[in-house]
Amino acid sequence: MLTRRDALKKGALAAALLGSGGLMAQAPRTPLQIVGPWEIGGLAPTNSGFVFTRLQVTETLLNAQDDGTPLPGLAERWNRSADGLSWRFTLRPSARFHDGSPVTAAAAVRCLEAARVAPALLSLAPIRLIETEGASTIVIRLREPNASLPAMLAHSSTMVIAPASYGVDGSVRSIIGSGPYRITQLTPPQLVECAVFDGYDGPKPAIDRVRYLAAGRAETRALMAESGQADLAFGLDPASLVRLRGKRNLTIVSITLPRSVILKVNAGLPALTDVRVRQALSHAIDRGGIAKALLRDPELAATQLFAPSLKAWHNTALPALSFDAVRAKALLAEAGWKRAADGLRDAKGQSFALKLRTFPDRPELPIIATALQAQWREIGINVQVSVGNSGDIPLGHRDGSLQLGLAARNYGNVPDPTGTLLQDFGPGGGDFGAMGWSSEPLGRALSELKRGDVSAEKLAANRLEIARILQAELPVIPISWYRQQVALSSRIRGVSLDPLERSYRLTQMSWRG
Amino acid sequence: MGVGWSPWTALMLRRAFQVLALAVLIGTVCFFIARSLPGDMAMRIAAGRYGYDLVSGAAADAVRTELGLNQPLLVALLQWLRDVVSFDLGVSLISGRSVLGEVVEQLGATLVLALTAVLMAAAIGLPLGVWSGLHPGGWVDRITLGLAVVLRATPSFLLAVTLMLVVAVKLGALPVAGDANAGGIILPALTLALGLGAGLARVTRSAVLDALASPAYEFARSKGLSDRQALLRHGARLAALPVVAYLGVHAVFLFEGAVIVESLFAWPGIGHELVHAVFGRDVPMLQGTALCMAIVFVLFNLLIDAVCLALDPRQRIGGRS
Repeated sequence: MLTRRDALKKGALAAALLGSGGLMAQAPRTPLQIVGPWEIGGLAPTNSGFVFTRLQVTETLLNAQDDGTPLPGLAERWNRSADGLSWRFTLRPSARFHDGSPVTAAAAVRCLEAARVAPALLSLAPIRLIETEGASTIVIRLREPNASLPAMLAHSSTMVIAPASYGVDGSVRSIIGSGPYRITQLTPPQLVECAVFDGYDGPKPAIDRVRYLAAGRAETRALMAESGQADLAFGLDPASLVRLRGKRNLTIVSITLPRSVILKVNAGLPALTDVRVRQALSHAIDRGGIAKALLRDPELAATQLFAPSLKAWHNTALPALSFDAVRAKALLAEAGWKRAADGLRDAKGQSFALKLRTFPDRPELPIIATALQAQWREIGINVQVSVGNSGDIPLGHRDGSLQLGLAARNYGNVPDPTGTLLQDFGPGGGDFGAMGWSSEPLGRALSELKRGDVSAEKLAANRLEIARILQAELPVIPISWYRQQVALSSRIRGVSLDPLERSYRLTQMSWRG
Repeated sequence: MGVGWSPWTALMLRRAFQVLALAVLIGTVCFFIARSLPGDMAMRIAAGRYGYDLVSGAAADAVRTELGLNQPLLVALLQWLRDVVSFDLGVSLISGRSVLGEVVEQLGATLVLALTAVLMAAAIGLPLGVWSGLHPGGWVDRITLGLAVVLRATPSFLLAVTLMLVVAVKLGALPVAGDANAGGIILPALTLALGLGAGLARVTRSAVLDALASPAYEFARSKGLSDRQALLRHGARLAALPVVAYLGVHAVFLFEGAVIVESLFAWPGIGHELVHAVFGRDVPMLQGTALCMAIVFVLFNLLIDAVCLALDPRQRIGGRS
């Protein structure tokens, strides 16, 4: 029986708990709170490894500078044989896993072998064999030279975890990494809590505890930043950003990402095989309008496929992609399309109608798709928008049913875009790249970049040449670039954003005051 | 139900049969729905597992081989049914974790949220409803009516964001989302509780009014009991019946509302998981989640029936005759 006295006691206790909750939110030393949209969809490194590499719980053999140049990671040094077929990576001898065991070459090889299964990016490398040489050297033998290997070994799917992380059936049961932070609580799909790992062989981080929360809705993330609950809030929607900019307790920091919104075009279709039609589609797009009205950031209108932050690939000599409806109409007329009352028709009276597939995982994509639909209607092309799942585009590529696909492609998936470009524009095209289109000079330039066996000047020239060919032929039509915008609380300093999204760089941060 | 069984046994047997029938029905329906959704299943699972940066034809092929998605429909269905009988709900196609483990964890989180919401709703709705019933037409009654209309008409999404803005951002009293230790449950539970509490207040009001007007109450008064005694001993029990029945029906809406509330407040519950399972074509997860939710509904209804049976002697006598 609940007496009145009990009720009062419980009430007082609840009030005290509530009060302490409120106080704790303002106390200076609660864990550093990060909130982002990325959920933990299983512990396998290919599924969610990026969550743990970003939190610096796990390490990859190599790291990368902002421009993609390889840096030492778990491997303190590495070299390539003269024929380019054998790579040797030597581990830091003092590296320890969070369970206290040393990081051995055998442990690393086990993880690398697991990362050779599709879709992990190492499956694209021409690897013949991965073996150990002593306790701390890993040798990777290739079938043919591949200069992108260091970049692939910086990808989160190749992160190294302790043998104790695996269950008896070979699946990953826990994340025992070797980074400066160790996991104290892991509740998939939403929550990870970390604390400093005392056995780390590098400098001790200033922030001792970190908490990552995956929150699916952008409104939630923005409000968490606004209330001071989140110290770093990722994945903010344009409308919330406008509101957050005015807040005194917050700063918004941003960085351009090597990611582009692209329109994948099935150039194998009779209507789209003519480059003039693809150019007309491109000229009809008001990129400035899309960037300003939908992304709220006019600088994001793409003038070419590669964003300026991809310095080696961004070709400053190229004329910018422009919005010119008159030119678009002229190009369509040249290609044999005539204006009828209900849109364009070809010589046989066939109407110009296309279907555009996109997906909502990135909230701006469906909105951009409808903007494109409206802009193309102006030049007489009827486009139907279908919003499905991100798998629909690769599926349509495979069965040939795709006509147009709108996606956000990350050319910095691994620090060197060569691998991604080979996937996209290699022979036969790619799931998120060319379809029904190929170019021999582009293929040659890419394979030289892949092998890496010509002079640095030639490689640099090849990159610019690739950008030029893609701009002239438009197998994919660039729409916009991306900027990572992060709301930052005033209680931390030393924040710098990683354009390759590999790390939150927690070890460089410290508390203010 | 059969002659000779006590009303309690009859109730238990009826519900046990329902659980079995539901399990088979829901599992089968989920299976066919998931299989007949448009799009390629392997590709959807690959997209769910690896995200839009890594999903590719090669990834889908790997998934197809790994999960044996090429096996005939009937074989896959029979296998699932056989596993269910041995209490094995399989592993999630996306995360690779045991479905039972995930569901128990997440259903637990949702139950905690739903129960907190029911308690809050009762704390808000019952006193207001009783007071309004005892003083119909008074200012409490009128204000409650106005509030009930507004709260029932406000979508939970709007209510949630408003609460976040006012309580968490402006007052700084509670975390916006996702902090279960520091009172993070209060806002999501309140979002669910306000709507439920508003309805509860109105139902309680009418129930109290009806009870006061009933011959039983009148008899209790005429045999000399004071207002207070008559209300507590006779009126309360009579009025409780429709209120309990209302709660039973609305628990369903609570789960429905939880889907939105959970994703907004980043609450690791089952509604959130169900949505993900649908998007990712995670059939075992979908079947397991739907099955466990259905069982919870049946059990909850059982509880409500039992409470009604305990409250209402007429039902017990009716069952025996």
